[in-house]
Amino acid sequence: MELFRNTNYDFLGKKWPFIILSLILTAAGLISLALKGGPRYGIDFKGGALVTVTFAQRPPVDKVRAVLDAKGLNADVQEVQGKQDDIIGINVREDTALQAARQTIVDSLDAAFGQPANGKTNINAVGASALADALRVPLQAAGAGLSDPQLNDLANNIMEYRKQHSGLIRNLDDLRSVPGVTPKILDVLKQVTYPDQLAVVSVEVVGARIGAELQRKAILAVLYALGGMLVYIAFRFEWIYGAAAVIAVFHDTIITIGLFSLFNKEISLTVVAALLTLVGYSMNDTIVTFDRIRENLKILRREKLEPLINLSVNQTLSRTVLTSGLTLLTALALFLFGGQVLNGFSFALVCGIIVGTYSSVYVAAPILVFFNNFMESRKHPSAGASGGPKVPVAPKAPVAPKTAPVASSKGSKQNVRGGTAKVK
Amino acid sequence: MNRNIKVKAAVIVIVILVCVYGIIGLPKNKAELMANWRKNIHLGLDLSGGTQLVMQVQLQDAFKANADAVIDRLKSELQKDSIPVTSIERNDPNSLETADKIEIVIKGIPLAKTSVFRSTVSEQDPDWILTPINTTDYKMTMKPSAALALKQDTMSQTMATIERKINALGLTESSVQPTGRSDAEAELLVQLPGVDDSAHIKQLLQTQAVLEWVEVKDGPYANRDEAMAKHGGILPLGTKLVPTVMRGGQQSWYLVSRAAVVRGTDIRDARASQDQTGRWETNFVLNQDAAKKFETYTANNVGNKAAIVVDGQAIEVATIESRISDTGRITGAPGQEEAADLALNLRAGSLPAGVVYEEERTVGPSLGADSIREGFRAGIAGLLAVVIFMLVYYRRSGINATLALVLNAIILVAALSYFEAVLTLPGIAGVILTIGMAVDSNVLIFERIREELRAGKAVVAAVDAGFRKAFATIVDTHVTTVVSCLFLFIFGTGPVKGFAVTLVIGLIANVFTAVFVSKTIFDWELSGKRQVTALSI
Repeated sequence: MELFRNTNYDFLGKKWPFIILSLILTAAGLISLALKGGPRYGIDFKGGALVTVTFAQRPPVDKVRAVLDAKGLNADVQEVQGKQDDIIGINVREDTALQAARQTIVDSLDAAFGQPANGKTNINAVGASALADALRVPLQAAGAGLSDPQLNDLANNIMEYRKQHSGLIRNLDDLRSVPGVTPKILDVLKQVTYPDQLAVVSVEVVGARIGAELQRKAILAVLYALGGMLVYIAFRFEWIYGAAAVIAVFHDTIITIGLFSLFNKEISLTVVAALLTLVGYSMNDTIVTFDRIRENLKILRREKLEPLINLSVNQTLSRTVLTSGLTLLTALALFLFGGQVLNGFSFALVCGIIVGTYSSVYVAAPILVFFNNFMESRKHPSAGASGGPKVPVAPKAPVAPKTAPVASSKGSKQNVRGGTAKVK
Repeated sequence: MNRNIKVKAAVIVIVILVCVYGIIGLPKNKAELMANWRKNIHLGLDLSGGTQLVMQVQLQDAFKANADAVIDRLKSELQKDSIPVTSIERNDPNSLETADKIEIVIKGIPLAKTSVFRSTVSEQDPDWILTPINTTDYKMTMKPSAALALKQDTMSQTMATIERKINALGLTESSVQPTGRSDAEAELLVQLPGVDDSAHIKQLLQTQAVLEWVEVKDGPYANRDEAMAKHGGILPLGTKLVPTVMRGGQQSWYLVSRAAVVRGTDIRDARASQDQTGRWETNFVLNQDAAKKFETYTANNVGNKAAIVVDGQAIEVATIESRISDTGRITGAPGQEEAADLALNLRAGSLPAGVVYEEERTVGPSLGADSIREGFRAGIAGLLAVVIFMLVYYRRSGINATLALVLNAIILVAALSYFEAVLTLPGIAGVILTIGMAVDSNVLIFERIREELRAGKAVVAAVDAGFRKAFATIVDTHVTTVVSCLFLFIFGTGPVKGFAVTLVIGLIANVFTAVFVSKTIFDWELSGKRQVTALSI
C-alpha cells in the first residue's frame, strides 16, 4: 500500500500564502501574549498554591469560590471536565502566607461542604498507619481484636480501595467488598470513622522566588539546547541550515505558546517538557528534509536550489506524512483520553506536531532559498534574481524525466531542469 | 543462515535477555513477577503519589547562634581577665544572603588593656577576625573559610536530623538530599513517597526542637511589659523572659535563667506514654554526664520551680518535688500525637537552624493511579493504532517495525531499571518522543527501500542501499537531539533533566533496534531464499 507515489507538488511555488499564514499565527500568538501580559504561567513558575479537591457531590463552582472569598482568599476555581473534581488555584506573593493558604483552603471547604467530624477520624484523609492505630483499641473492645500484621493488612486494603475509587470513600457500607472487612469490623469502622464527602487529591505549593528561578532555568536550558543544535547542524551541513532549522523550531515554539495564550491554558513544568518534545520533533523533521536536500545537491549539481528543494520535499513527503500522522495519532489519543494531568502536555504535542511538520517545508526551506537568492544577487548584482524574494520560475507541471535521477548515485542522463522524481 | 547473521542474532538475543532480566528478574510465579516489576520500575512521586518538599535552611540562624556563643565566651573571659567593657553586641542578619555578614561590635575597651584584649580574642576565637574601629571599639567578623565550614556543617547536621525524624516516622523509602542547584546551597529536597497527609509531617520536620531545662527565677507575669516593669526595665544578668505555650487563649511569661541545666543534646531517649489518669506525657532519659549534673541540681533545688523550654516557649513549668537522676517527664500534652511528636523530635535532635518551605507538591495516590491508568490506556491505544497502520501499510516489513518498536520499549524500560532512574511525567514525554522517532526511523528506512526498488534495484541491493542511505539521516537527527539533551541535562532542573535522560536512552536504543535489529531480520529473511524477487514492503 502506498499513499504517495511520485508526487510532484510545487511546495515552494505556493510558499507565500503559507509564510503569511505563519506570520499571522505568530503575530496572533504574540499579540495575545502581549495583551495578557505574557504567558499564563502555572504556579510552577509564578509561585502560588494549587489544590485539587474531589467531591462526592460537586457543589457549584460559584459556591466554592464564595466560601473561599469569605476567608479572604482570592481563589481561582476551575472545574475538571467529566470529573467530580475542582481545581483551586491561589496566587500568593509571600511564602509564609502560602503555607497558611493551603490549610485555609482545606479547612474552609471542609467546614462548608464536608461532614462534621464529631470526634471521629475522617477515613478519606487518614493514612494507613493512623487508621490502624485508630482501629486497634476499639476493635479489641468490640471483641474483634486483630494482630498487628492483620490490622496493617486491613488498613492497607482499605487504603487500596480508596485509591482505586479516586481517593474518595462515599459510604462506609461500600467497604463491605474490601477483603478482611467483616460485619463486625464494619460496625467498628462506623463507630470511629466517617467518610467526609470531599478529599484533597493533590496539592502544589511553590514559593514565588523558587518559581522565578525555575522559569529562568527552564528558558536558559531551552536556549542553550537550541544553540547546541545550531552548532551541530552548522557543523554537519552549513551554518545557514543550522540557522534555518533553529528559526523554524523557534517559530513552532512561539506559535504553540501563543496558542496556549489564546486558549487560556497554563504553562506548567509538564508543558515545558512537551515544548521540549516538540522542539525535538520539529528539529527531527527539518533535518530529514535537509538531509535529502544535501544528498540531492551532490547528485544534481546544476539544479537551481528552489526546484531541488521542491524535489527533496516531494521525495520525503511520504515519510513526512506517515511519521507526522502516526505521532499525531498517539498525541491525539493522549489528548482525548489521557486525563487531566496530561491535558496541557498533549495539547502542546498536538499543536507542535502539526506546526512542526509544516515549518520544515514552509519556514526552514524558504530561508535556505532566500539566503541563496541573496548570495546570488550579491555575486551577480545585475542578474535578474536580484529582485528580492521573487522566486525563480518554478515548474508548473512535471517535465517528466524517463529515468529517476533520485536513487541512482551515478546520476546518469539526468534531466535536471524538471527537478522531479518520476519513477516507474 | 550465514555466520555473520548468527553472530548478530546472538547479540540481539543476549540484549533481550539482559533487558528482560533487568525488568522482571527471574520470577517463579505471577506474584513474584509483579513484585519484581514494582521493585525495578521506580515511579516518580507525580505518578506514584506522595509528597515532595523543598526547604530552605535558614543558615543565618546558625551564624547568629555561633556569634551568641562567641559573645558569651568573650564576656566571661573579659570578666576573668578583669577587662572592663561597655557593650558587646552583634548585628542581626535576617536573610540567607547576609548570613555571613555577621558582625560583633565590642565597645569601650580601655587603651591600657588593648594588647591583653587582643590576645584573649585571638586565642579564644581563631575563626574570627578582629579589626579596630577606633581606639576603644572593635569589630569582629567571621573568616570566610570558617563561614564556609559553618554553612556546610549546618547543612549536613540539618540533613541528618531531618533524616532521623523521617526514619523515626517509619517512612523508609523517603530521602533527603540537597536540591543540587549550584546557586541554592541552602536548599534541601525531601521526598516522601506514599505520604499524602503532608500537613502533619511538615510541621514535624519544621520543629527545631531546641529543648532546655531552665531555672525559673520569677513569674508568672501576664505579659512581657509587666515583667519588664517589675525589674525596672532591665533584666537581671544571665536571665531571659520566655512565654508559655498558648493554651485556651492564655499565655503567661516567666523570668528564667539563661544557662540551661539540661539541653536537648543531653537526652538519650524519649518516648510518649500515658500516666495513670490516661493523660499523655513524654518521658525522657538523660545520658550519664547530664544525669550527674541533673541529680545535684535537683537535690539542691527541691521546692524551686523549673521550666522546660522548647523552641523559645515554656511548655511546662513545675515545682521540683524530689531529687531526679536520669529520667524526667514532660506533661501537659493535649493528646497522643503531640506527646509522640515531642518524643520523636527529642530523639532526632534539634535542628541547628530553622527551615522554611519553598515548595510542596503532594500528589494523592489516587490521582497518580488515575493518571497512570489514563495515560497508559491512551498510550496503548495510540501505539496499537500505529502498529496496525504499519502492518497494513508495510505488510510483512511492518512486523519488522513492530518488533523494533517493542524491543525499543523493552530496552528503554530496562535501562531505566538498571540506572535506577525515576520515571516521571516529563520522563514519559521523553518516551513519547522516543517512540515518535522510532516510528520515524522505520518509516525513513522503508520509504528509502521502496524508492530503491522503484529505481529498479534488486531486493537485496535495495534493502542494503535503503538502510545505508537512511542511516545517514538517522544519525543526524539522533545526534542533534542527543546534543540538545546534553544541554538540557546540564542546565535544566529536575523535570527537564528527567526528560533528557529518558530521551537519550531511548535514542540509543532506537539506533540499535531500528537499524541493527531491523537490518538483521531483513538479512535473515532474505538469506534463506535463493532468489528473492519480491519484498513484502
